[in-house]
Amino acid sequence: MNAPDMKLSRRSLLSYSAIAGALVITTPLVSCGRPQEEAVISKPKGEPVSAGPFVAIRPDESVVIGFPNPEMGQGVDTALAMLVAEELGVDFERVEVQQMPLGLMIGDDGNVTWKNLSQGSGGSTSITGHWEPLRKAGALARMLLVEAAAQQWELSADELTAEDGVVTHAATQRSASFGELAKLAGDVELGDVEPELISKENFRIIGTSQKMKNARAIVTGTPLYGIDAEIPGMLHAVIARCPYFDGTAKSVDESAARAIAGVQDVIKIDRPDIGAPYDVQAEGYAVVADSLWAALKGRDALKIQWDTGAFSDESSTSFKAHCEDLLTGKGQIVRNDGDFDAAMDAADKTYEASYWQPYISHAPLEPQNAIADVKADLVHIIAPTQTPSSANRMVAAALDIEDRLSISVEPTRLGGGFGRRLSNDYVVEAALISRAVGAPVKVQWTRDDDLRHDFFRPSGMHQLRAGFDTEGNLTGWTHRLASASKYYRRPNLPETDYWQAELYPDNFPGNLVDNYRVEYFSAKSGAPRGSWRAPAHTANAFVVESFLDEIAEQRGEDPLALRLRILGEDRELPYEQHGGPTFNPGRLAGVLKLAAEKGGYGDKMPDGQARGIACHFTFGGYVAQVVDVAVDAQGGVKVLKVVGAVDIGQVVNPNGVEAQHEGGINDGLSTALRLAIDIEGGRVTNGNFDSYDLMKIADAPPIIETHIVQNDYPPAGMGEMGLPPLAPALANAIFQATGKRVRDLPIGDQLA
Amino acid sequence: MQITVNGKTVEYDGDADMPLLWYLREDAKLKGTKFGCGAGLCGACTVHIDGKATRSCVTPMSVAEGAEIKTIEALAEGDKLHPVQQAWIEEDVAQCGYCQAGQIMAVVDLLERIPNPTDEEIDANLTNICRCGTYYRLRKAVHRAAELSDTGWFS
Repeated sequence: MNAPDMKLSRRSLLSYSAIAGALVITTPLVSCGRPQEEAVISKPKGEPVSAGPFVAIRPDESVVIGFPNPEMGQGVDTALAMLVAEELGVDFERVEVQQMPLGLMIGDDGNVTWKNLSQGSGGSTSITGHWEPLRKAGALARMLLVEAAAQQWELSADELTAEDGVVTHAATQRSASFGELAKLAGDVELGDVEPELISKENFRIIGTSQKMKNARAIVTGTPLYGIDAEIPGMLHAVIARCPYFDGTAKSVDESAARAIAGVQDVIKIDRPDIGAPYDVQAEGYAVVADSLWAALKGRDALKIQWDTGAFSDESSTSFKAHCEDLLTGKGQIVRNDGDFDAAMDAADKTYEASYWQPYISHAPLEPQNAIADVKADLVHIIAPTQTPSSANRMVAAALDIEDRLSISVEPTRLGGGFGRRLSNDYVVEAALISRAVGAPVKVQWTRDDDLRHDFFRPSGMHQLRAGFDTEGNLTGWTHRLASASKYYRRPNLPETDYWQAELYPDNFPGNLVDNYRVEYFSAKSGAPRGSWRAPAHTANAFVVESFLDEIAEQRGEDPLALRLRILGEDRELPYEQHGGPTFNPGRLAGVLKLAAEKGGYGDKMPDGQARGIACHFTFGGYVAQVVDVAVDAQGGVKVLKVVGAVDIGQVVNPNGVEAQHEGGINDGLSTALRLAIDIEGGRVTNGNFDSYDLMKIADAPPIIETHIVQNDYPPAGMGEMGLPPLAPALANAIFQATGKRVRDLPIGDQLA
Repeated sequence: MQITVNGKTVEYDGDADMPLLWYLREDAKLKGTKFGCGAGLCGACTVHIDGKATRSCVTPMSVAEGAEIKTIEALAEGDKLHPVQQAWIEEDVAQCGYCQAGQIMAVVDLLERIPNPTDEEIDANLTNICRCGTYYRLRKAVHRAAELSDTGWFS
C-alpha cells in the first residue's frame, strides 16, 4: 500500500464528543502530530455516523462501528468491527457496521496524510494494520462510559465493570446501560490516557465465529454497491475505448451517436503516453446521455476506425516465444547465494523443468463504475474502489487540482475486487467527463470493457533447476523467470527493479539452500498489468510446489517428506518482501503435516482418484492443502475434496477465515482449470464469460475443510492465502492420478 | 405497453428492445437485480417472469410486456424472509454478495421445480457465476432451504 508516513502515537490521540446525545469517537489513532481539535473537522452534522467515527453509541442503545477499509467480500466490515466491539464490551449481535468515507488531512510536513487510519484494501493488511488501533478505539469508548457512570454515582472507575453494553457496580448492584451513559460520556474529561487492552485469554468476541454483518441487506437486494449509487442530476456515460494496446483513433464519426434520443455529448478521453503511468488506461470516446440505455445505444452508433498501435504484432503465441527466447540468454541476477554453478557441477543428481503462466483477468462480477461530481471548487466521488486515497490523488492529478482535501471520496461496497480496483482508471474517467460536461456523471463499464481493459496478472515462463548431493541434500536451486512485470509504467521506476513485483527471493526454498540464484528477464508486452489476488505468489507457488513434486517423483521420495526435510524445524528466517520480516519454515511444515493428517494424505485411493499436496507462505500466512481429484477418460478434471490447514497466528473471525479459504480454493481452481486472457493482433480477444469461463458450481469441490492452527503469533490477514497452494496441489494430484504433469496453465483440455 | 413488477402495473413507453434489466435498475430503481455480463452468461440479473427464473439482461421489454415480473426486493413477505434468503443467512453464504440476489432467485425457481434437489441436480440446474467462489456454502444453503421449505417454514 502507498500509505503516507504515519506513526502510532505513544499517547492515545483519540478524541470523542457527544453529538445528538450519542457518544462518538472520531479522531486520529494514527497521528501525524496534528492537534486533536483540528482532527475532528470531519465531525458530522447531526447524523453521528455519517462522517467516519469508529464508534457511535446512541441513546437507543444502538452501536454503530465504522470500518475504514473498503469491503469487497473479504469480510473486513465484520472482522474490524469485532476488534472495536471486543474492547468496547457490547454484544456483537447489537452492532451495526458502516463504511467510513475517505478521511484525509494535511500533516505537519504539509503533505496529505490519513485523518483516521489507512483505508486501502490490498495485500491482506486490514487486520494486521488495524489490530491494535481499532481495539484502542473500542477501549477508549469503554473507559469513557465507565467514567461517566463513576461520576454519576460518585465512585471510582476502578470499582466498576463494563460488559454487554452495561456498566455495573457489583457492590451496590447499580447499573446503567451504554445508551443511558452515552451523552454524559461525551462530556467526560479523561486527560491523556492510554487505553488498556483486554488480554487474549479474556477475549469474548475475537476468536469467535461471527456471520457477516450485511448478510440480510445482501439477500434482500438492498442497494450497497457503487453500481447502485445515484446522485441528483446525474448523467450516464459509456465509453468506446481503443481495443488495441496503446492504440488511438484514426477517424471518428459521432453524428449517428449524437442523433440518438437522450445523448447529450461525446467526449474524447486521451490515453497516457506510451510507457507513462496510467491514469486512464485507453483512449476512448465517452457517450454522455440522460439514461444508461441511451448512452449504450449511442456508443453502438459511434463509427470509429482504430489505429492498431505499437503492439499490433503481439499475440499470446508471440509473447510465449519471446519469453522462451529470453530464457536462452543471460538475465538480471537478483539474488545469488553461494555458487549455484559449482553446486550443480558437483551435484549427484540434477533436475530441471519449465512452467508457463498466462495472463489472467480479475473479472469482478460488478463491472467498473464511478460517479464524479466535479464543481468549481469541490469534487465528490462515489466508487467501488480498494484504494480511495489513490482515487483522490489520481483525480487531483488528472484535473490539476492542488487542494486534495477538496476532493471527497465515498467508497461503496465492492462487487468483488481481487486487485482490479487498486487501479482507479474508471474513477479518473468519470472525473474527466464530469468536468467536461459540467454535471455529475456516472461512468458504467460493460463486461466487454472490463475483460479487454483490465490490468492483467502478469504472464511468464519460469525455468527451475535444482541439484542434490550424494546424501540427498538439496545443494543448489535456481529460479529463472521471463515475464512482463506489473511494475512497468510506474513513476520513476527503473527496469532493473521490475523483478521485485514478480519474484520474491525469500520464498521457500530461499534461505534453506546454500547455493541459490534468482534471475529475471524483463519481457516486453503491450498488455496492461496489475496486482491480481496474492500477486506473484499465485505463479511462484505453482512452479515451486510443482517442481518439488517432480523432484520427489524422480528421486523416488515422498513429496511431503521431501518438503518437510527441506523446511526443517521452527525458526525465524529473514523475509524482506511483503509479509515479513520473517518466515518460519517450521510453521509451513506445521500446516503441511496438519493438512496431510486431516486430508488422509498417503491413504490408498479408489481407482481413478488421487491426492496431491502443496503449501505456500503468502503475506505472513501459512497454508497447505490436500486436493482429491478424479480425472475421467476424456481428461475431465473433478476436484472431489480439498482439505486445508491455515496458520495466520491470532484469528479474529474463524468463520471469515474459513470463508476466505473456501473462496481462495475456488478462485485457484477456476483459474487453473480454464482461465487465460488471449491476445491476438495487439488486443485482447476475450469479450465475455463465454471466452473467459469462470467456474460454476458443477466444478466446485463439494467438500472443503479448513483446519485452523491455534497459536500465539500476531494476526496475519486471510484475503489471499487460500489461493496459491491450490493450483500446485491440484497439478500434483493430477500427476498421481494420470502420470501427466501439468506445466502449462490453464489445464484446459491438455489431459484429453 | 403495460408492465407488472412486484405486483404493480405501470405504463412503459420506451424502447421495446431495451433489456428488462435496465428498466428494473434505472427506471424502477430496483437495484437488487444486478448487471454482470449483459449476455445471459452469469445470472446476476436473474428475476422471475411468470414464476420462472429468467436472465433480465437478455430479456427485451417486449417479452416482459404483460408478464408478472418478480425481483429480489419482493421475495420476502414484509420482515419474513423467504426460506432461501433465510438459508443464505444461516449458512453465511455471501462474500462480496454481488451475485447472490441472482443466485437466490435461481434457487427459488429450482426448489419449485425440484423441492429436494440432489447435488447432481444442483450442478445441472444452477449455472449462475459466483466470482468469490462461495459455492461450497451455496450448495449447503440450497439443501438447507429445501429443508426449511419442506417443514412449511414459510407458510
